[in-house]
Amino acid sequence: MSPSKPTSVEVRLPSRMGFEKVAMSTASAVAKLMGFREDRIEDLKTAVAEACINAIEHGNRLNEKLSVGVVLSAGENSLEVKVIDDGKGMKDQPAKPDIDRKMHGEEDPRGMGMFLIQALVDEAEWVSGTDGKSSYVRLVIRLDKDSD
Amino acid sequence: MQSETKSRVDQVTSPAGHPVAVLRFEGDIASTSKDAVLGTYQGLPKATNKLVLLDFSKVDYINSSGIALVIQMLIEAANSGQKVYAFGLSPHFTKVFTMVGITKYADLFATQTEALAAL
Repeated sequence: MSPSKPTSVEVRLPSRMGFEKVAMSTASAVAKLMGFREDRIEDLKTAVAEACINAIEHGNRLNEKLSVGVVLSAGENSLEVKVIDDGKGMKDQPAKPDIDRKMHGEEDPRGMGMFLIQALVDEAEWVSGTDGKSSYVRLVIRLDKDSD
Repeated sequence: MQSETKSRVDQVTSPAGHPVAVLRFEGDIASTSKDAVLGTYQGLPKATNKLVLLDFSKVDYINSSGIALVIQMLIEAANSGQKVYAFGLSPHFTKVFTMVGITKYADLFATQTEALAAL
């Protein structure tokens, strides 16, 4: 892939669990073409999967009439991924999961998706749609030229 | 779309002579895996299965819902006086399990041989 030429790839997923794997495969293929290391591609796949699961389950509430948009934009030194749904977005970020609280029944065992997204990519932001829908999460993963 | 999670249990003995129940998983571990993960674990008599070893060597995809099932298993095991260990995770999922804190409650090993040697 030419590094000087911005390239965009778009995928639309049905709001059905399991289809996040289509986005994972696409993101993996684009990242490979860009020259990302294998471990960073694995990080990206998990972050994209969790973003799509949130969009399918919470944004579109598993309504199969709605689709999840995934837009991958390859820049010179980074890959941006936007995952777009028809939800209202989030007002507040959930607290960081605490395994001790989970083990003691003080916190739901679920609820780690957003934490994983933030931990695995270089940038993550959640943007609420201005019309009360079309919210998105934007992820950025950068090519680390020093170690690549 | 998600591949079905297969699971089975093997009863083995560690080099130190302890009985170990090995739960072997295959496929994806996701929200649809509750029966394969928790159901299989809950089918083990707790009084006679004090050491439980999870085999992830044939698992390609684990998402946050799948991790939550593993945590639910760890909670039940802790409440039943069982100790849980795991092996066969890829380097990526070893990192993810460490990030979410599972390694505080379940030791991870590269292989079954390494795991059994420690039990």
